[in-house]
Amino acid sequence: MNRTKGDEEEYWNSSKFKAFTFDDDDDELSQLKESKRAVNSLRDFVDDDDDDDLERVSWSGEPVGSISWSIKETASNSGSNHEREQLKNRNSFSSYAQLPKPASTYSLSSFFRGRTRPGSFQSLSDALSDTPAKSYAPELGRPKGEYRDYSNDWSPSDTVRRLRKGKVCSLERFRSLQDKLQLLEEAVSMHDGNVITAVLIFLKRTLSKEILFRELEVRQVALRHLIHFLKEIGDQKLLLDLFRFLDRTEELALTHYREHLNIQDPEKRKEFLKTCIGLPFSAEDSAHIQDHYTLLERQIIIEANDRHLESAGQTEIFRKHPRKASILNMPLVTTLFYSCFYHYTEAEGTFSSPVNLKKTFKNWLGYTKKRAPIGFHRVVEILHKNSAPVQILQEYVNLVEDVDTKLNLATRFKCHDVVIDTCRDLKDRQQLLAYRSKVDKGSAEEEKIDAILNSSQIRWKN
Amino acid sequence: MAFPHRPDAPELPDFSMLKRLARDQLIYLLEQLPGKKDLFIEADLMSPLDRIANVSILKQHEVDKLYKVENKPAFSSSEQLCFLVRPRIKNMRYIANLVNADKMAGRTRKYKVIFSPQKFYACEMVLEEEGIYGDVSCDEWAFSLLPLDVDLLSMELPEFFRDYFLEGDQCWINTVAQALHLLSTLYGPFPNCYGIGRCAKMSHELWRKLEEEEDGETKGRRPEIGHVFLLDRDVDFVTALCSQVVYEGLVDDTFRVKCGSVDFGPEVTSSDKSLKVLLNAEDKVFNEIRNEHFSNVFGFLSQKARNLQAQYDRRRGMDIKQMKNFVSQELKGLKQEHRLLSLHIGACESIMKKKTKQDFQELIKTEHALLEGFSIRESTNYIEEHIDRQVSPIESLRLMCLLSITENGLIPKDYRSLKTQYLQSYGPEHLLTFSNLRRAGLLTEQAPGDTLTAVESKVSKLVTDKAAGKITDAFSSLAKRSNFRAISKKLNLIPRVDGEYDLKVPRDMAYVFSGAYVPLSCRIIEQVLERQSWQGLDEVVRLLNCSELAFTDMTKEDKASSESLRLILVVFLGGCTFSEISALRFLGREKGDTGSSPGLGRSHMPRSN
Repeated sequence: MNRTKGDEEEYWNSSKFKAFTFDDDDDELSQLKESKRAVNSLRDFVDDDDDDDLERVSWSGEPVGSISWSIKETASNSGSNHEREQLKNRNSFSSYAQLPKPASTYSLSSFFRGRTRPGSFQSLSDALSDTPAKSYAPELGRPKGEYRDYSNDWSPSDTVRRLRKGKVCSLERFRSLQDKLQLLEEAVSMHDGNVITAVLIFLKRTLSKEILFRELEVRQVALRHLIHFLKEIGDQKLLLDLFRFLDRTEELALTHYREHLNIQDPEKRKEFLKTCIGLPFSAEDSAHIQDHYTLLERQIIIEANDRHLESAGQTEIFRKHPRKASILNMPLVTTLFYSCFYHYTEAEGTFSSPVNLKKTFKNWLGYTKKRAPIGFHRVVEILHKNSAPVQILQEYVNLVEDVDTKLNLATRFKCHDVVIDTCRDLKDRQQLLAYRSKVDKGSAEEEKIDAILNSSQIRWKN
Repeated sequence: MAFPHRPDAPELPDFSMLKRLARDQLIYLLEQLPGKKDLFIEADLMSPLDRIANVSILKQHEVDKLYKVENKPAFSSSEQLCFLVRPRIKNMRYIANLVNADKMAGRTRKYKVIFSPQKFYACEMVLEEEGIYGDVSCDEWAFSLLPLDVDLLSMELPEFFRDYFLEGDQCWINTVAQALHLLSTLYGPFPNCYGIGRCAKMSHELWRKLEEEEDGETKGRRPEIGHVFLLDRDVDFVTALCSQVVYEGLVDDTFRVKCGSVDFGPEVTSSDKSLKVLLNAEDKVFNEIRNEHFSNVFGFLSQKARNLQAQYDRRRGMDIKQMKNFVSQELKGLKQEHRLLSLHIGACESIMKKKTKQDFQELIKTEHALLEGFSIRESTNYIEEHIDRQVSPIESLRLMCLLSITENGLIPKDYRSLKTQYLQSYGPEHLLTFSNLRRAGLLTEQAPGDTLTAVESKVSKLVTDKAAGKITDAFSSLAKRSNFRAISKKLNLIPRVDGEYDLKVPRDMAYVFSGAYVPLSCRIIEQVLERQSWQGLDEVVRLLNCSELAFTDMTKEDKASSESLRLILVVFLGGCTFSEISALRFLGREKGDTGSSPGLGRSHMPRSN
């Protein structure tokens, strides 16, 4: 489905995708604003004492009486009687203010007072008798332990069926390898992962790992279950043995590397990463691992140094802009940004200087291709995102070369002067007229537009 | 608004029954531990639990205090502790620590663990290893389907995707089968079943097995649901990777809809408080805009605001009696509408602000180019820039995955360069993320076809014939080509439009992506339901790598009424997006069926851990 260039242009210029845009359509946003004003103006009239339509919400945003809310209350109320007393008062107050909600039978305060109004809740037996699946709850409710079964004569398929039903069922009679494998195959054929894992737990306990691995190598579904099970229970050693046996070297390396996430101490993490460097990663990943180690090593040095500088309070940049977070475990791009911000002027010899970082990660950064500066349209967006003043924005919008892009950005970010000047330069009277309706009445912008529109100096093209 | 409800639309089954059933089961289980007890709840279960029971119900059954299961010691003075958890190893360790600490302190209490939706043997093994098997009693709360709306059910299992599609663990297949079984028990047998994907096929087989074993329960019942469609998420990753532009989808992308509700922050509520809001058909304002393309929403809201204003204005010039009537009859409704309106206007504003900031228009343009398959170089550059500017780690990944799947993998040079830049921008540990995405088939590198075949045949020689098939299966997930272009052409996913696509009066499901793309998943569903079989779709099925994984299962005996036959249940295994739900609702209105579409397990991107 390769299209020619012409097609593409036609595509982008076609009206199909202009039906709606998120950025430059002022009309829609102003429509929305208008609706908001209208609705807000009604607020005085309806502003209200009753919150019956929406759930009452506590300060943390949880609906009062919801389970999540209640758990937070437990946490903040760990054991102190005094606090509980306060809580009680608060709750009874809030439930007093709260009008009864149709959905709940009980107000929140009722459970602090103990059981009240016992008649209003439908009893369990009532509730059960009018549901069509009345046999359901008791069946599922019975503790599964009661199904304990002492028979030893179940066939593999019977055994698997019982396991599927959640019944406790001894597997000890499956002693020959053939029986064990038959049991496993039966479990796999039923597709129930829980049962497959149950059989694997038994096999793992009763077979040597060489035999277990050998048999699983040709049973991929079961093998995947064992791998997941070992990950879940955190049996890292057996998992690594298994990958070694299967000759899955990359997974072996990655599994080992994953461990670093559990190490919080930066020094220990760094030492651990060092042990990962020699692992059988792909050539490409090996480089990434090496760089991960180097980066953390560097960050540890910078962090120690900067923490010292910051607490000493002698360095202006740290006084003016205290660090928001530690640089440890941050990505390379963030580290580079940090070093440009705090250590821009340092000589190449210091570990924290941007030049030194760039040199150290030459390999790494070398992967990216050289690119032209990001373009002023991007600069404008970044400035806007960071709420730069209009004058600054105007200055940069004016630097955008492409006229359409410029006009677009200027309209979007309300750089009136740029829009007006550009329209004038384009001699586009219609567009200027249209823009006049978008600026505030009686503003300086409107005056400026009027002056231009009335000027006899300009030869309008339309 | 654009679609008046067809008068002949079939009535939906009463799904609230599922809630009542779950609540009754829970109460029954709590009563198994008589007396006062403290309840420890896993964080992931809190929101679903909130939807079916509230604190007062728990208190009524002698639950004293509530705690969250988290990595912190909890100081409970109760003599009885009850744990409500997902069957996860880490939860077992948490419980074991607590029980063993009690033992060390010479303290005896009663402990009960309630697993939801079921207990796993691996969990029991941990209890045994930790020496607390027998000290703890175990139970199951078979709460597998939560009705989020009149036409939407969810299993609320975010781990489904990772466990099955990344790790290949089939532990949730039984849960799916049980859920289907429950539905057929409550709402009658399903006369027609279709499915595509390995997980769909296995779930269907296990479900049939359950029905056989417990037969008689659904016999002779009038079916309420005419068709069931099971679909694996990996059949269509593309749709899940596209930015959403229908209102509900945007609300999800911006604020995260969790368990059918959303937290609107102060920027939306225009107050100092956050508000938790339920998003469903009961919110009349939301219900009218949820499926609409975002561009229609403003117009609708301002119209609504004007109407509301007019209705309030009517009170001027009323006499006392009229005023009395107005206050007693209309005011309440108006107030509620007013409140909902200002919430959704606030949400729209907030969405607009965010999207303008991140240059949404460029992003959408890039996505459309990738879907249509041109300007690949420009798109790659855009993604590169996105990464370098550290815009958003998830968005960057999403775009890379979209590029990979639409192009049958990245060319090696691009793969290496994008990966390196990603690690530089977002952190070197994402090496693990890349490995996971590759395993899930979401982000791959184009490889010369023969390398894999060589490994495959080498391994195949080692094994018996029977196992060889399975080996090939295992490799196929790596070798699988997505063939998106060919599929897109075959199924006409990119509508040819002359002139402007009218988003106000959509002509097809493509409106959920601004008219640029018909969601693949929904197109497959539409095509199969039209034919009531996979006939004529062989080529598509082959391109989807599902040659043996597409099935039809019809029971001829039940001559269900034509009414019920129009009701369709779509099951997304591994989660679905609101765009897909909107597209299916559109389809339902067009054809006069009602598609109810449970998102089984919510879609989550695999992450490293």
